[in-house]
Amino acid sequence: MSVIPALPRKFHGPSIWALYVIGLCPAAWYFYLGATGGLGINPVKEFEHLLGLWALRFIIATLAVTPLRDLVGINWIRYRRALGLLAFYYVVMHFSVWMLLDLGMDVHAVLGDILKRPYISIGMVCLAALVPLAVTSNNYSIRRLGKLWIDMHHLIYPIALGGALHYFLAVKSITTGPFIHIAAIALLLAYRPLRKPIMRWKRARKSVDSPQPAHR
Amino acid sequence: MAAYRPPHIPASDITPRSIYMSRRSFLGTAAAGLALTGAGSAFAAPLQARPGPYTLDEKLTPKEAVTSYNNFYEFGTDKSDPSNNAGDFKPTPWTVKVDGLVGKPKEFGLEELLKMPIEDRTYRMRCVEGWSMVIPWIGFPLAALLDQVEPQGSAKYVSFETVVRPEEMPGQKGLFQPLPWPYVEGLRLDEARHPLTILAVGLYGETLPNQNGAPIRLVVPWKYGFKSIKSIVRISLVEKQPETTWKNSNAREYGFYSNVNPAVDHPRWSQATEQRIGEGGFFKTARRPTLPFNGYADDVAGLYAGLDLKANY
Repeated sequence: MSVIPALPRKFHGPSIWALYVIGLCPAAWYFYLGATGGLGINPVKEFEHLLGLWALRFIIATLAVTPLRDLVGINWIRYRRALGLLAFYYVVMHFSVWMLLDLGMDVHAVLGDILKRPYISIGMVCLAALVPLAVTSNNYSIRRLGKLWIDMHHLIYPIALGGALHYFLAVKSITTGPFIHIAAIALLLAYRPLRKPIMRWKRARKSVDSPQPAHR
Repeated sequence: MAAYRPPHIPASDITPRSIYMSRRSFLGTAAAGLALTGAGSAFAAPLQARPGPYTLDEKLTPKEAVTSYNNFYEFGTDKSDPSNNAGDFKPTPWTVKVDGLVGKPKEFGLEELLKMPIEDRTYRMRCVEGWSMVIPWIGFPLAALLDQVEPQGSAKYVSFETVVRPEEMPGQKGLFQPLPWPYVEGLRLDEARHPLTILAVGLYGETLPNQNGAPIRLVVPWKYGFKSIKSIVRISLVEKQPETTWKNSNAREYGFYSNVNPAVDHPRWSQATEQRIGEGGFFKTARRPTLPFNGYADDVAGLYAGLDLKANY
């Protein structure tokens, strides 16, 4: 079923660590560019926006794991925790740069913006909602929380929606870049309610296509 | 989004536009037996102007920032798009048609416009997005042009229109157009006749770079930057308040007046402070309070006596 060769088991662990390292490369690279004058005329805003964009990309990647397995047969579930945590790290960096470098720790401006600007309020709520998910992203919590863990981590759906909305409201007009990111999130969320019927149909087709051993 | 970042090159290493553009036009026209004529010659040529009546005691924004950090959606929506994508734009030859409720409608050639009483005018520029610059423009009062066409008594507003050239302006073609074209703007006639309102034909001692609205643009320093329409081909005197692009796009966020006002927030962000481009650095941006009418209140507040500035944003 799988369309790409399977990774030998002994590489599973190292490949996850490699993903963390690779995933943090954009942030490190943009930080280097910013600190050395390579991010253009308005480096702080540019850095802030790039971090936000990468946060959305990791949320998209996290949401893509299940449809990829269902529809294409590639099982990358072992990377999903790392992708989700990378999204969280990028959201935290995005927020920190906004607060520390852009607004210069001006508490009045920060609080005023969070309360008064809908897109910033939405962003803050998403960040807050990501915290419990990040904290419970370990095997101990999964065992301990059981069914509750699954329900709790469904929070990623409203968070993804909020992230897309935050982006939509922050840009002056929708051009190709915002459209692609927002459309990807919309498609991946729309897939969730369709998942059960699609899987049922696939299973039904499979049992027709491949005869049972008894027919041999 | 764009993964590619151009390398940092000092201004002194860059071949002047006039030289490489003339090379390009040479290559383009050599086959026809014509050398070094045509479009290239008008790029960033030195421009003489006399000192104007308005000066500013603030540090000028570096030329590199003024010419590479722009909003000019006809060339793309990223700040660096205009400077990257405006190379094919041909600002010469150029005419500006002035018509509508005037006694003497007229088409002005660029040569004629460059002979107007051009002056140095250093102005603050405040973008609606919350950043600002200090730019040494070269231009002449719009009133001087209006006088030549003799507006009729019924004219109450002035409307402006930007050129439409999808072949030279990549932001005007493609699947996702951020705005409808042509870009249109407007002023009340008294705003248009105010001595601060100029048609700029240059900056930093040279003719306007393409990305800054070559060859001729409006500059209204007490209003948000998007009012200062670029690459103008038509100016009409009209009776009713004209259509304006950003108001049509989102009337709740962008009004006809769009005077710089720290007390009236944009629905999505505060207008109380601004980031002065080119100052501060990566570890701290340079924020300063935004001034009513962008610091020109003494000159222009009188235009709006009795007008509710919160309702007429």
